[in-house]
Amino acid sequence: MNSIILRTASAYLLPLLLLFSIFILLRGHYEPGGGFVGGLTAAIAFVLHLIANGLQKTRSLLRYHPGVFIPTGLLLSFASGVAPMFVGRPFMTGLWLSEPIPVLGTIGSSLFFDVGVYLVVLGVTLTILFTIVENT
Amino acid sequence: MTDHYLISPILTHLFSVILLLFCWKKVRLQKVISISSNAVIMMIAVFLWMKVWNQGILSMQGGDWQAPYGITFVADTFSATMILLTAVAGFAVATFSAAGISKQRIQHGYFPIMHLLLMGLNGAFFAGDIFNLYVWFEVIIIASFVLMTLGGKKPQMEGAINYVTMNLLASVIFLTAIALLYGLTGTLNMADLSLKVALVQNRSMVNVTALLFFVGFGIKSAVFPLYFWLPSSYNTPPSAIAALFGGLLTKVGIYALIRMFTLIFPPDEFLHYLFLFVAIATLLTGAAGALIKRDFRKMLSYLIICHIGYMVAGLGLFTKSGMNGALFYLFQDIVVKTNLFLIAGVIFKMMGTMNMDRLGGLAKSHPRLSALMAIAFFTLIGIPPMSGFWPKISLIRESFTTDSYLLLAALIIASFLTMYVMMKMWTDIFWKAQTQEIPQGKNSFDELRPHHRQLLIIPIAFLCLLSLALAFGAEQVAQVSNRITTELMEPQGYIDAILKPNSKP
Repeated sequence: MNSIILRTASAYLLPLLLLFSIFILLRGHYEPGGGFVGGLTAAIAFVLHLIANGLQKTRSLLRYHPGVFIPTGLLLSFASGVAPMFVGRPFMTGLWLSEPIPVLGTIGSSLFFDVGVYLVVLGVTLTILFTIVENT
Repeated sequence: MTDHYLISPILTHLFSVILLLFCWKKVRLQKVISISSNAVIMMIAVFLWMKVWNQGILSMQGGDWQAPYGITFVADTFSATMILLTAVAGFAVATFSAAGISKQRIQHGYFPIMHLLLMGLNGAFFAGDIFNLYVWFEVIIIASFVLMTLGGKKPQMEGAINYVTMNLLASVIFLTAIALLYGLTGTLNMADLSLKVALVQNRSMVNVTALLFFVGFGIKSAVFPLYFWLPSSYNTPPSAIAALFGGLLTKVGIYALIRMFTLIFPPDEFLHYLFLFVAIATLLTGAAGALIKRDFRKMLSYLIICHIGYMVAGLGLFTKSGMNGALFYLFQDIVVKTNLFLIAGVIFKMMGTMNMDRLGGLAKSHPRLSALMAIAFFTLIGIPPMSGFWPKISLIRESFTTDSYLLLAALIIASFLTMYVMMKMWTDIFWKAQTQEIPQGKNSFDELRPHHRQLLIIPIAFLCLLSLALAFGAEQVAQVSNRITTELMEPQGYIDAILKPNSKP
């Protein structure tokens, strides 16, 4: 699609949507949101860019093949699950910092799990959509 | 006993999936990673088994939420043995796959998915929470569906759609049963359920739930009359995949059946007769199906169904030695069925066909290999002292002492038909003179590089050795299944291990 309005709008919307996806990711611990929805929102940001500018441009914007996000995210989630086992607690126990960090609040291992989910969802969605766009 | 490192086989599989995904296009590296991680998991499984054997039932609470609220993982002797056998079969299949699976399939993610499937199996054996069990079953279905369709040939798709439709239906029934059970008792922890289901006043509702579980697991473990998806889907994927399916997928259904109907729903009169009826029908129809097929892997698929009957029969008898027989049969069947499907893969590589009419002359062209394969064939028939013999004798004796003469007849007929089918296979594949020349370029086995040929033969030899070990160590295996039976029949130990993990020394 070649529309100057969409292209201009997507240039502004892309960072905005990405920021929003991170906001959703972070608020997800106690309120609606989380890694899954956040990842989908981030994927939407890139899809909007894809519709406006074409596959080639989005690919170079992402720099990495979206498939790489999947194992990276899995590794992050896996590490956050296994981490408590090194301090003698069962798999997936939430470990929390004792002092809250300004702006973000108290950070626990579940945050890293959610970031992992975010990356996996982003990777899977983009891989699927890129493949579909390639084949049409 | 609490043991936080209990689920390390699951975690190791997950970690290898991540590693394999990172080297998506590097075929050789993927093979190395998969084989070595399976070897590591086999060692972990051996250690875990010894730990369970020495220290009793181990449990772990996911996320440190205490039972019955948290997700529980348990390893009693039954689980640990199944984990061990899964690891053994996984190692054999991974080694075989390194030479038996085409490059294209590996580049499309064969190894990661295989590890996901094994992870799902391990999870199902560890699950101490019935909803968690359901989740692991879903992991297994999705992974096996992808493995089945990998390559995307038309008959493969047909088989896979049959498979996934039936199994999703089974999952729906299973989920409905879980919902009913939760409505009745308000808990999903299996140990807690065991206590609370016994107290429920509304017995008819409990029976309905039990039946729903039976149908759900019955479809997954392919008992009569719910087995028709199995022969139509197991003969389409490559043999390494079929070996994993044939060896383990139906057995996880049997595992769940045995677990549910000893721990949560001890069979009453009606269930007892239902199990016996289903066992008889499964034995006879499975054997009859194997009689009329002419495709090697289809015959094996029907034999899988037939032999599921032995395990259901043991559960239906619900006596100590009946259960012993069923468990022993289950253990040796995993090894031998995996092996036979791998053998089918080698034969296919040699002859380029699975059709009995066109096979032949293998004993002449590959005498040493035929001798190796003979071990697997004889084990399946159960010629003494091979490992198929011992469980059969205890099942037959038990059905005689409990006056279940129909079952007795069915057991004997099924054994006899199995023997007939295997003998026919043997003469057709190995002794019969080859009726027609193998088309040029079809014999890819002899053209393989020697180390690839070894990769195909080593797992078969390994599993044959294991079959022999099970046969000649029958006394030890019987001890193991004895202990498992005691644990299953007196579930108090299992319940205590989960609900009061720290009260025991």
